[in-house]
Amino acid sequence: MGFLRIEAVSRVFPGVRGAAPTRALERTDLEVQDNDFICILGPSGCGKSTLLRIVAGLDRPSTGQVLLDGQAVERAGPDRGMVFQSYTLFPWLTVRENVLFGSRAKSEVADELIVRMGLRGFEHHYPRMLSGGMQQRTALARALANDPKILLLDEPFGALDNQTRALMQELLLGIWEADRKTVLFVTHDIDEAIFMANRVAVMSARPGRIKSEVRIDLQHPRHYTMKTSPQFSAYKARLTEEIRVEAMKAAAMVS
Amino acid sequence: MLEPLKPVSRGARIALGAAFFVVFFGAWALATFGGAIDAMFLKDPLYTLRTGVKLFREFGFIGDVGITVFRVLGGFVLAALVAVPLGIAMGAFKPVEAFFEPFVSFARYLPASAFIPLLILWAGVGETQKLLVIFIGSVFQVILMVALIVGSTRRELVEAAYTLGADAAGIVRRVMLPSAAPQIAETLRLVLGWAWTYVIVAELVGAESGIGHMIMDSQRLLDTGQMIFGIVCIGVIGLASDLLFKWANQRLWPWAF
Repeated sequence: MGFLRIEAVSRVFPGVRGAAPTRALERTDLEVQDNDFICILGPSGCGKSTLLRIVAGLDRPSTGQVLLDGQAVERAGPDRGMVFQSYTLFPWLTVRENVLFGSRAKSEVADELIVRMGLRGFEHHYPRMLSGGMQQRTALARALANDPKILLLDEPFGALDNQTRALMQELLLGIWEADRKTVLFVTHDIDEAIFMANRVAVMSARPGRIKSEVRIDLQHPRHYTMKTSPQFSAYKARLTEEIRVEAMKAAAMVS
Repeated sequence: MLEPLKPVSRGARIALGAAFFVVFFGAWALATFGGAIDAMFLKDPLYTLRTGVKLFREFGFIGDVGITVFRVLGGFVLAALVAVPLGIAMGAFKPVEAFFEPFVSFARYLPASAFIPLLILWAGVGETQKLLVIFIGSVFQVILMVALIVGSTRRELVEAAYTLGADAAGIVRRVMLPSAAPQIAETLRLVLGWAWTYVIVAELVGAESGIGHMIMDSQRLLDTGQMIFGIVCIGVIGLASDLLFKWANQRLWPWAF
């Protein structure tokens, strides 16, 4: 019995103006244990974001259901914190006010998170004064301050440059290693998936489904030097092969 | 020398803006003092200025200015009080929008000035009628623009708020309202400008006071100096209120500028 259970979830978007409906997601099952860190890896357009949005309650599945801690997900709620790829800080609130936005956020927790995210001194800055990395750190702090049961991350570092991205990965991993929050992380970046996850679920090209799952047995705490280890490379070779086939299918579909 | 989108310094901006006023008044002076235009049609700037001083000194023009400003602000505030809440409700809730939008879109094209004869019949020639002209002229425009602004709140912000535990009321109050506020204020600034056009039209018919009434009186006396002074007066007040509005907006929403 998983902590988060995705049961036979699929999603079909109705066709607009007589067009054929789009099958975004095939029947998908996935279990996430409490305190686990799962990455969903897939080529762009494979429906991985759709799956995450269904878990968040921002979208409804066409079939199946999502259970969190035994309860069916009907709508978005504070027990599922989310960080988006696009910048979603409220521009009219300062960093601290953003972190305190959540219905369950407490000021001591918020202040502690601001420090952990390296945002001290920027509490009273507006989002537009911050770099992309700082904005995403604030968004992460905002989601964590609300004390969700599970953290949903939709390519949160996708818009960042490589160096910032690597630092953000370490920061998030450090937080997970310390707090053991349940995390469901969507990405198309193989290195990111291997470095962060305990288990990688590989998705097929559209219509997406989970085609294989790979356990990542790298020990914790993980260090960035692991990215060049033979073990890491072996995982990378295997996942590259799996994802390459799907990427080629996806590319063939467009052309 | 001219590069697309290249910013201009603050000093240069002010100097350039002022320079056009100089050009404008220079051309006016040249045309009138030079005798190219008959004084019956267009008085020269100096005469116009002297007339203006006389209007204030001898004819209590400040009272006319006061009543016109009162009418503009009164009608504008009434329109805003109705239009802003309704526009927010329409922007946030699609059934409300579906209910009001077709009618408001239709009503928007009803010319406010064409209502003046009816309004005189309904409300007399008093202040109520003047306020109503401005109200009708602005309210439908504001409703539609506010609905559009609120409706175009970034979807990701709304979704982020949902995942942080906000309910429907929280989404409107804590996301849509603050997100739309600066643009709503800008819309109101724009509409305040239109209100000035309506007030003059309202004062041209059945009014005993106001800048528009003074312009109408001057026409009978064929005093183009007074007419032009009245028009320039409106321009000056409009510019001042616009700057004030802009200044207030930048102070109220520091995050947006």
